[in-house]
Parts: sequence; C-alpha cells; structure tokens
Amino acid sequence: MGKHTVLYDTHVAMSAKMVDFAGFDMPLHYGSQLEEHHQVRRLAGIFDVSHMVVVDVLGTGARDYLRYILANDVDKMAHRGSALYSCMLNEHGGVIDDLIVYFLNEQHYRIVLNAGSAEKDLQWMESHAHSYALGLQRHDDLSILAVQGPETLALLTTLNDPFITDTIHTIGRFECANSDDLFIARTGYTGEDGFELIVPNKRVEALWQQLCAAGFKPCGLGARDTLRLEAGYNLYGQDMDESTSPLCSNLSWTIALQPAERLFIGKSALLAEKERGVTQQLVGLVLADKGILRSHQRVVLADGLEGETTSGSFAPTLGQSIAFARIPKGDYKQCEVIIRDKALKAHIVKPPFVPFNSTKNHKEHS
Amino acid sequence: MNTLPQDLRYTTTHEWVRIENDIATIGITEHAQSLLGDLVFVDLPALKKGLAVGDDAAVVESVKAAADVYSPVDGEVVEVNVALSDKPELINQEPYGAGWLFKIKLVGELPLSLLSPADYQAMLNEEE
Repeated sequence: MGKHTVLYDTHVAMSAKMVDFAGFDMPLHYGSQLEEHHQVRRLAGIFDVSHMVVVDVLGTGARDYLRYILANDVDKMAHRGSALYSCMLNEHGGVIDDLIVYFLNEQHYRIVLNAGSAEKDLQWMESHAHSYALGLQRHDDLSILAVQGPETLALLTTLNDPFITDTIHTIGRFECANSDDLFIARTGYTGEDGFELIVPNKRVEALWQQLCAAGFKPCGLGARDTLRLEAGYNLYGQDMDESTSPLCSNLSWTIALQPAERLFIGKSALLAEKERGVTQQLVGLVLADKGILRSHQRVVLADGLEGETTSGSFAPTLGQSIAFARIPKGDYKQCEVIIRDKALKAHIVKPPFVPFNSTKNHKEHS
Repeated sequence: MNTLPQDLRYTTTHEWVRIENDIATIGITEHAQSLLGDLVFVDLPALKKGLAVGDDAAVVESVKAAADVYSPVDGEVVEVNVALSDKPELINQEPYGAGWLFKIKLVGELPLSLLSPADYQAMLNEEE
C-alpha cells in the first residue's frame, strides 16, 4: 500500500480508480479519463495534487540562497505575490527537479516540489543551505488542490467567499495571494486558466466538497497527463532528468544567464555546453498515421539520425496522437516513429500542441 | 459485479470467444476494457492472416496503455470489425457485442486452454 493524501477516502468513495504514482495511491480517473480531459478544456475540473510537497524558505538569506540554487532568477519576480517556474540543477547542468517558486515577502518564499523527487530535492536543498540565514520548512500539514478550466473564475465566484472572490479577480497569471488558511496561485499544469489552492489538511475535505458542489468535476492524474502534454509542459523524470540539461529539454527560456554576475549551480556546465554546441533538442511530434505514440519509441530522421520519444499519448482535444521526442539538433520537419516494427510518419512541431486557454479564446474570437 | 455471458468461452489473458459453427468471434472482456479505460485505437489483424493459439493478433490502446490481444484459437482471419477504427469506444460500451474485434475460421479442434464462464469468473475472483 502506498502513501495516502488526506482525500484518499473521498476519492475511493467517488469511485476513483486508484493507481500508484510516486509512492502515493492517487486517482487515475473517476470513470472516464477522456471525459475529465474534455471537462477541463471546456468547463472546469478539480485535481487533488496533495502528493506534491510544499516547502517554505524562510529568513533573510532566502533570496540569495534561491538565486544560487535555482537556474531561473527569483529577482525576475518584481513584486510580492509573484510566481516563477524554474529548474534546480546539479553541477553538471542536469535537472534535479522542476518547480514553481512563489515570492510571498523578502523573508518568505514558497516552493512546490514534485512528489517523486521531493526527498532528494530536500536533501540537496539542505546541503546547500548552511551558509545562508534561513530555514527550510516542509509542510506535510498542507494539501494542494488545482481548479482548472475556462469556467474556473465563474465557479469560484459562486462560493461567495470574500477572500477567494477578491483574490481571483485581482491576481494575474503567475501571481498569488494568501490569507491565514488559504494560499491561492494562478498557476497550473493543464494549459487552461485556473488556480492552485494550498490549504491546511484539516480544511481540505470541506473545500473539496464545496468545490465539487460548485460544479468542478473531479479529475484524475490520467487527464492531468494528457492535458499537460497537449499544453507542452514537461514531466520531470520522463522528459528531463539529472542526465539532461534544460538546453536540450525545451527549457532554455527558464535559464537566467543575465545578470552575468549571478552564479548559480549548474551555470558553468550550461555555459560550457553552449560553448561546445548543444547537440540535442526536445521537440513535439504529431502522428500523421494511425496509432498511438508512447514514451521510449525510436524516432528516425530523414538523414538516418535517430532519437527517442520521452512522453506520448492520444491527445483528446486534437483527436490524434502526440509526443515529445529528444532528437539531434537540426531543422527537421518530419520523422518516422517505430511502433511494433512499423514505421509511422509524424510531423515535428514546436509545443504547445493546444494553445493556452484555447476554448475560451476561440469563443471570444468567434 | 456483472455476470459473464454464459454462451462464451474465455482465456486467461481476458479474451472472449463466441463459437458459431466453424467461425469464432473474438473480443476482450468487460474486465479487460475496464482495466484499460477509454480505448482510442485498435490495430486489427489482416484478413486471411493465419493465427495459432497464443499468437499476437491485435493491439488495443487506451489513452493510458497498449495491450496485446492473443488469438485464442487456430485458424484464419475472415472478418475484422471495421467500425472500431472510427469508434474504438464501442469496446468500452459493448465489449461482448458491437465491440467485437475479429472473426476466425477455425482449423482443427478447439484448444483445451479455453475457459468456461465459471472458470474465468473463478480466475477473476482470485485476482481481486
């Protein structure tokens, strides 16, 4: 038996199919993964993502520390209540984890880590914390819910909670706000507008029920995976890991090389890699033939060079199969993917496959 | 729990077989479709392909996973369910009906490995 989030019994009572994910028994779906995917693209869904780990970085040394251990620069966050996506790298420029860091105040940053890498992340973070005036506080007392989809704002407003209503109409993308017992961030992993809510464990059951009653449909990790893939978001451990750098993982945009005087772990390795020339790239594939792309399938390019898919699935919004693949650097337009000894044709594209907030934008423009 | 159709035979790998004269119709069981979840792609065998018991015959893919379908009998493929290429969800909706996969013209005796409904049910009960 795996670890449980506070909502485990609730998921089981809602007839979720539970599967192991990073050591947790988590909902894969509550009946139909496809319906849950469409629900988030078209209306709004709710996910329990409490397996992820909240860590607060507290103290006067927090800013300098984070500027040293993260590849992105927390100083890009111009004001309190901002959020930033970043990789945490090892000395070789490999990705230890990807995370979001929230700037609450000069002595309080909040980080959310992937469940599968949280333990090694925390060891790594502790091991580099000694020379800074700070404390790292891991929050097993907090749960995380994600409410995502074009109707999220409207549904949250029906709760008639003054703090929630005020906050969601005030904060923009990659911003956050908190009260005593609720942290709200306009972030997510679906390619739709939405919020991530961090609440004390004792409050999460009531909040979940309230949100479901308001019209958010429970969605499992299955839909979360197809949504993030369509949105072009990498999954740690699958699309990048400690053996791959952000430069070959479609994450160059998350590396802050300026200001030049800022030193961060992995920087010299990244500069050396750039100097030598980056040899690989992570691209998007759209399958032209019939079939389903999965991870670890062979990719063959016109010049005979090869690569491999890292994530692949059926894309419910598009009705065809898509994947990420790591292939040699070069201006390739097509490739073949070898599936059960058959060579299937695929187009090479730049993710996202489904543009951010696509349903809503489509409605507003038509 | 739904009771199994009593007129079918089953395999340990969750295929079902309906025998009518010398034609065997093959599909995957309710249990198999439920484990796989929403089906989105089916790769069916070529017509006239000869299959022996245990051969890879088809592949069914859900959003999450791909599963091989093995031939439960010896014979030759005489028909495939073409409706599945546009509507693989038929397998989820009617695994024992409109969601059938392919038909085989039988050669020789039926294999002893085929399970009765009671034996397949007993196997499912043990898995739980």
